[in-house]
Amino acid sequence: MLSIKGLSKQFKLKHQNVMAVDDVSIDINKGEIYGVIGYSGAGKSTFVRLINRLEDPSSGEVLLNGQDLTKLKQGKLRQERQKIGMIFQHFNLLWSRTVYENIAFPLEIAGTPKQEREDKVNELIDLVGLKGREKSYPSQLSGGQKQRVGIARALANDPGVLLCDEATSALDPETTDDILDLLVDINEKLQLTIILITHEMHVIQKICHRVAVMEQGKVVEQGDVLDVFVKPQAKTTKRFVQQLSPLEHQREHLEQFLNGRDDSQVLKLHFIGGHAKKALISELSKKLDIEVNILQGSISPTQEGAYGTLYVEVNGAPDLIEQAVEYAKGSGVEVEVLKHD
Amino acid sequence: MIDAIFPNVDMDSMWTATYETLYMTVISVIGTFILGILLGLVLFLTTRGNLWQNIYLNSVTAILVNVFRAIPFIILILLLFPFTDFLVGTIRGPNAALPALIIGAAPFYARLVEIALKEVDKGVVEAAKAMGAKSRTIIFKVLLPESMPALISGITVTAIALVSYTAMAGVIGAGGLGDLAYMQGFQRRDFDVVLLSTIFIVVIVFIFQFLGDWISKTIDKR
Repeated sequence: MLSIKGLSKQFKLKHQNVMAVDDVSIDINKGEIYGVIGYSGAGKSTFVRLINRLEDPSSGEVLLNGQDLTKLKQGKLRQERQKIGMIFQHFNLLWSRTVYENIAFPLEIAGTPKQEREDKVNELIDLVGLKGREKSYPSQLSGGQKQRVGIARALANDPGVLLCDEATSALDPETTDDILDLLVDINEKLQLTIILITHEMHVIQKICHRVAVMEQGKVVEQGDVLDVFVKPQAKTTKRFVQQLSPLEHQREHLEQFLNGRDDSQVLKLHFIGGHAKKALISELSKKLDIEVNILQGSISPTQEGAYGTLYVEVNGAPDLIEQAVEYAKGSGVEVEVLKHD
Repeated sequence: MIDAIFPNVDMDSMWTATYETLYMTVISVIGTFILGILLGLVLFLTTRGNLWQNIYLNSVTAILVNVFRAIPFIILILLLFPFTDFLVGTIRGPNAALPALIIGAAPFYARLVEIALKEVDKGVVEAAKAMGAKSRTIIFKVLLPESMPALISGITVTAIALVSYTAMAGVIGAGGLGDLAYMQGFQRRDFDVVLLSTIFIVVIVFIFQFLGDWISKTIDKR
């Protein structure tokens, strides 16, 4: 639906040229929530601005339903922009307008007749849960409410795509969850394609179907959220995944169990989706003559199903331990044998 | 009572002068507001990275504004005599003061407008662009409404400067309280006339300041 091909943006500074976005290609399907994650300065904010041409790309194509946005003339571009919603980290509401008037603004731009405008605004106010606050000014709202206005405003012209630029980064964790729930809700209700830029991995984990990891303007890794979580390839991705599992930080606590003996191994098990519910550990200790000692574990829900991590110490004959590893792998669980560093 | 304190004051001519001062101030404030916002918009929009980025137009406007701001008002009136004569048909009376008042105050106000527009959140302009807004929409529905409290404070400061300007214009025959204070009060040594004129001018300034503050506060929803 949205196909980005070889998109680049070069900023010419006085002493050097900076590739803010460097040859990025991503295909996004209709109705998908696609996350782009990166540390600050990775070029993700520039990337999202290239899509609706708030920044003009240096090269590359942005095909929205087959139409290349980078080739459009100003007038046509403005019309297309009306069909691409955008929400921002700092909400960017007009403080001089009420909630109602802010949501009506894009409809005024599109030249929607007054009566239709009224119906649409009221419908949107219901959708984002702001009934009763129509006459409030942004300064009278909390951060979460402001972002709700932002979302309603972005949806006013029935866009096919919603761009979210760090939309939850200025919100506290609880409000972030509320806003993410709202995004999932409208994604399902309206079949809306959402592109979400963030530096917080739990945002990706909670609502995205697929993710691209950006670093220095390049996409270093992309794929299904679950795959990226379980088998992160790039270094940056690994760091992001570690943000989420507090266990990774406590790996030194496992050191005392890594004794180098071959009749005792520490295994890291990844349970994905349906496998997360299996009773693997009790099966292992019943079938094989080994002792399984659970060290620590965690489970995280994602949009594509749950995924769990479990650290266990296995004591027994070396060949039995090997069998146990094979058995676990055979039942669809990812196994990693931890070694002394 | 008034007769006792201000023996030489003729209240009829006092009121006429007050009316003339108010007339000159109000009309020139309106003219300055419009011309100043136009100039301020040009100054702001033609800067680098803005909607109408145009370094040439920006420099020309900036130089024009600076030159007119540099000319002392009393000299500006003299310089503008031919222009005023052509435009108004006379160089005497309140109407003849208006071109000089507006041309003298508008460049000053234009700089205040420019500062006010710079304070508008760039993100809001970006949001409007992302919605597909035209430049005209961004100017009239984003930039001007969002900077309105600062535009009002700015015109208040300018209006008070304009009250002083009208007094100066009075000295060379525009009428108003300045004229009265100078001609009758100073030339004829009727010092009470100078005093009462001053009181009237101070009251006018206070009223403008109060009105400006009140409007600016009322429309500021931040």
